[in-house]
Amino acid sequence: MGTFFGSSIGRKFMMGASGLFLIIFLIVHLSINLCLLVPDGGETFNIAANFMALPLIKFGLQPVLALGFIVHIVYAAILTAQNNKARGNAKYSSGNNTKEVMWASKNMGILGIVVLAFLTVHVYDYFVPLQITGTAPEVHGTHMHDTYTLVKNNLQNPVKAILYIIGCLGLALHLTHGFWSAFQTVGLNNGIWRKRWTIIGTIFAWAVSLGFCVIVVAMLLS
Amino acid sequence: MKLDSKIPEGPLAEKWSKYKANQKLVNPANKRKLDIIVVGTGLAGASAAASFGEMGFNVKNFTIQDSPRRAHSIAAQGGINAAKNYPNDGDSVHRLFYDTVKGGDYRAREANVHRLAEVSNDIIDQCVAQGVPFAREYGGLLDNRSFGGAQVSRTFYAKGQTGQQLLIGAYQALMRQVNAGTVNLYTRTEIVDIVMVDGKARGVIARDLVTGEFQRHFGHAVVLATGGYGNTFFLSTNAMGSNGSAAIKAYQKGALFANPCFAQIHPTCIPVHGEFQSKLTLMSESLRNDGRIWVPKKKEDVDAIRAGKLKPKDIKEEDRDYYLERRYPAFGNLVPRDVASRAAKERCDAGFGVGATGLAVYLDFKSAIERLGEDAIRARYGNLFQMYEKIVDDNPYETPMMIYPAIHYTMGGIWVDYELQTTIPGLFAAGEANFSDHGANRLGASALMQGLADGYFVLPYTIQNYLADDISTPRMTGEEKEFVEAEKTAKDKFAKLLAIKGNRSVDSIHKELGLVMWDFVGMARTKEGLETAIEKIAAIKKEFYSNVRIPGSSEGMNVELEKASRLADFIEIGDLMARDALNREESCGGHFREEFQTEEGEAKRQDDKFAYAACWQYQGEEKAPELIKEDLTFEVVKVAQRNYK
Amino acid sequence: MENNINLTLKVWRQNGPKDKGRFETYKLEKVSTDSSFLEMMDILNEQLVNEGSEPVAFDHDCREGICGMCSLYINGRPHGPDDDVTTCQLHMRKFKDGETITIEPWRSAGFPVIKDLIVNRSAFDQIIAAGGYTSVSTGGVPDANAIPIPKDDADEAMDAASCIGCGACVATCKNGSAMLFVSAKVSHLALLPQGKVEAARRAKNMVAKMDELGFGNCTNTGACEVECPKSVSISNIARLNREFLKAKFQD
Repeated sequence: MGTFFGSSIGRKFMMGASGLFLIIFLIVHLSINLCLLVPDGGETFNIAANFMALPLIKFGLQPVLALGFIVHIVYAAILTAQNNKARGNAKYSSGNNTKEVMWASKNMGILGIVVLAFLTVHVYDYFVPLQITGTAPEVHGTHMHDTYTLVKNNLQNPVKAILYIIGCLGLALHLTHGFWSAFQTVGLNNGIWRKRWTIIGTIFAWAVSLGFCVIVVAMLLS
Repeated sequence: MKLDSKIPEGPLAEKWSKYKANQKLVNPANKRKLDIIVVGTGLAGASAAASFGEMGFNVKNFTIQDSPRRAHSIAAQGGINAAKNYPNDGDSVHRLFYDTVKGGDYRAREANVHRLAEVSNDIIDQCVAQGVPFAREYGGLLDNRSFGGAQVSRTFYAKGQTGQQLLIGAYQALMRQVNAGTVNLYTRTEIVDIVMVDGKARGVIARDLVTGEFQRHFGHAVVLATGGYGNTFFLSTNAMGSNGSAAIKAYQKGALFANPCFAQIHPTCIPVHGEFQSKLTLMSESLRNDGRIWVPKKKEDVDAIRAGKLKPKDIKEEDRDYYLERRYPAFGNLVPRDVASRAAKERCDAGFGVGATGLAVYLDFKSAIERLGEDAIRARYGNLFQMYEKIVDDNPYETPMMIYPAIHYTMGGIWVDYELQTTIPGLFAAGEANFSDHGANRLGASALMQGLADGYFVLPYTIQNYLADDISTPRMTGEEKEFVEAEKTAKDKFAKLLAIKGNRSVDSIHKELGLVMWDFVGMARTKEGLETAIEKIAAIKKEFYSNVRIPGSSEGMNVELEKASRLADFIEIGDLMARDALNREESCGGHFREEFQTEEGEAKRQDDKFAYAACWQYQGEEKAPELIKEDLTFEVVKVAQRNYK
Repeated sequence: MENNINLTLKVWRQNGPKDKGRFETYKLEKVSTDSSFLEMMDILNEQLVNEGSEPVAFDHDCREGICGMCSLYINGRPHGPDDDVTTCQLHMRKFKDGETITIEPWRSAGFPVIKDLIVNRSAFDQIIAAGGYTSVSTGGVPDANAIPIPKDDADEAMDAASCIGCGACVATCKNGSAMLFVSAKVSHLALLPQGKVEAARRAKNMVAKMDELGFGNCTNTGACEVECPKSVSISNIARLNREFLKAKFQD
């Protein structure tokens, strides 16, 4: 297996597999966030959010998640550097007029940076106060954070809300290519499934992204 | 000089087995000590080089292109023949042999053709094992289709890209040997001379087309698999780089050039449309399986079409002249190529040609589309139809294609004996470069068969018979005086071309030569015309050597210099073709002398006088070549007037 | 219908691999729209030779779209502004009167320029030599019909095998990746029982060679498939990924 990580397809596999893993994380994240829309003053959401702070998750799954992000980002950097080298120093003076190529597919790096920037803000906004600096006060009889209030306060700042919406849109575009591309890269694709993965991927990307956006807007207006 | 064709004794069907049983072999330890030079990487060259490598010889393989896969074999569309008889329609080795000799208008050597038919089945097996994706039936077995000049379906095909798939199969086998280190590949390298030591071919002088450097290469034997010389005509279906230079070098070193006038004119090419045109594109003969060829019956319809007032589909059925079906009811649209080409010319000469120039006939798929549906036609010929549409900007599903004959293949070539050895010991010729198997006309789907037969199944045997006596010949270093002198001569030739510094581009002179060839040495030849051609070619030669302009130098890549050196050789070939055509006072296959035709305008052979291969021996510059005859005897085939009616 | 157009050509000229290279501009008048792009180049070269200057060097051979030799990057696209064609099949009717046409060589670290518009594509040969074949020698093979092959598999193999090795995929790829080329060969042979025998070995060796030669990594943009003159599908790339990963996981 020594050369697996040294091979182009091996590296691409790490990229695709970590991407798919992060997609699963997104599904979990969105599911919990949708609790914000339950009109009970944040009770349901807080219970769900508190679940994420359980030691098993905090010390068991969070490092895995972090690793997923790191692998995805590190391999992206390695692949991009290699690809730039392979392209060579001479650029086409007449540019590239190939049509029918998805814009997102050619700009995954930029979109990735947008998502990464958003992620940094996001971690600073929630992860840090909730799981690092903050101590859990008592809410409704148990020791847990009032995450609901934290979210609400945060997103009622219109600048933040807009920032979050931009981040979500970047994520959507990243996923429109990333979703089917991951299946292609790990070899789970063919002529028929390609269309299916593209459609599923596009629906998924926008569903996830709009799901988050709806929450942002709901919080902004609440 | 007395020619010995070395045909083995015994009954025709046993000659090849007998030869193999009795020939000399080289043992594995000695094979490693022997070097073979193979020039060309088409079907014959690549298959020979790969096979030699597999056997353990050291091979040096040369190509002028950037990769072996570019050789023009790749452009063959229709298919490859074999006597498998999978469709159970009465085919056999004997029938394939017979059809080929008959198709060649009884001007080929029986023993060679029979061997070709014998090994044809092995070729298909070999190619399938290599992963050539031949067309298949739903049952998973191989599909066949019919081709001109045969009443059985014996043609194996891979869409309209059979040549490509076969060549890639051979190319892959070759690259496997390159990887194994048995074959050294020299790309973008052109052979500029053959080196002779003590009367034997012992190497080549090559020129690196990128750096312009000259190289000396030694080989215990040299195989020329450099294709045909159709580009003498400038416009042909050959690739731009296809040339006859290696053949001419061999000829000038003493190898005989046989039947140069036998050039095949392919009936289904896209017509010429302007003086800037660089090549003619062939539309596969397989199209004649479903396409029907016609011109209008009435002159007024012809005029209306040429004036653009009528479209071909406006012409009613009863006003169309399906002239091949009319003249040849038994074979109809599937008559051999020479017959179909001449019939098209006859109609156009009579004033019934269509298109802006009047030099075109229709190839119509209307009835096939009605019978089978557009989808079935698309599945069979989709890529060809697309290719036609890209070039002509017409949709052949809706309007008939326009086609006209063009120079396609040269049956003539370097004279070889049964072992594919030329008159120079140690110099072999394979594929289209030799003259051996197709007589005066080649049947469709037989070129691929011959190229691969020579490379996979003939040369690997016969070359051993030669090399077995050469095992104690040590490798030469290239410093021997013969090599040094040959390199100097070659360098001087290039310097001489560069020094002319005249006013005309190479192409302009080549086009002039091409026109003379087409007008006088083309589809219909006459004594007067050929004499005129010889004079005109001499004038072109003079013009070339006094007025060609080659910019740049001999260092680095110089495309004009490459073209000029090839044109110098095309001029020699053109002269040879005209002389041979003038000598052959009969009509046979691709060679049609207007003086010799039946009342119905069919080719009329003169078997009592011309049942021979005309072999030309070089006598030195500015001297006429000498004719040497190899008499053809037919023990099995009954020589008769070809009849496709 | 035939028409004549006037053109301005911006052509890349480079004397050799080490030369820096530059664009030269040429005017060409009355080019028939029925002529092919390479015939237009012939006219340009005829003009240059008559002026006593060196003609533009460009690769070309069969001029019927099958040898894969022609390789020009025209107005931002390999093989120019038509779909499913090679440069030699591109016709001047695709251009407008007075248009400026920019003509460049394939650009990729894997394809260094030799002269003007000619690049070195021998990397493709090296990749094939690394494993793009079935390891059978001449003779001693079974009858061609001994193993039935489902028609669909044979047809799919044929589609993959129709690659002409021109390098347009690499030329257009923003990553300079040769995955379409490699995957077409791996697919062609993996789909057939004759090639399946050494499918794992082949995939590993060809990918290793491709990486060694400095081609980039595929990011599935699909540009290669759009520009492929033979419409080779990137489904082949998925198959290559599958074959390669399967081979590696089995190790």
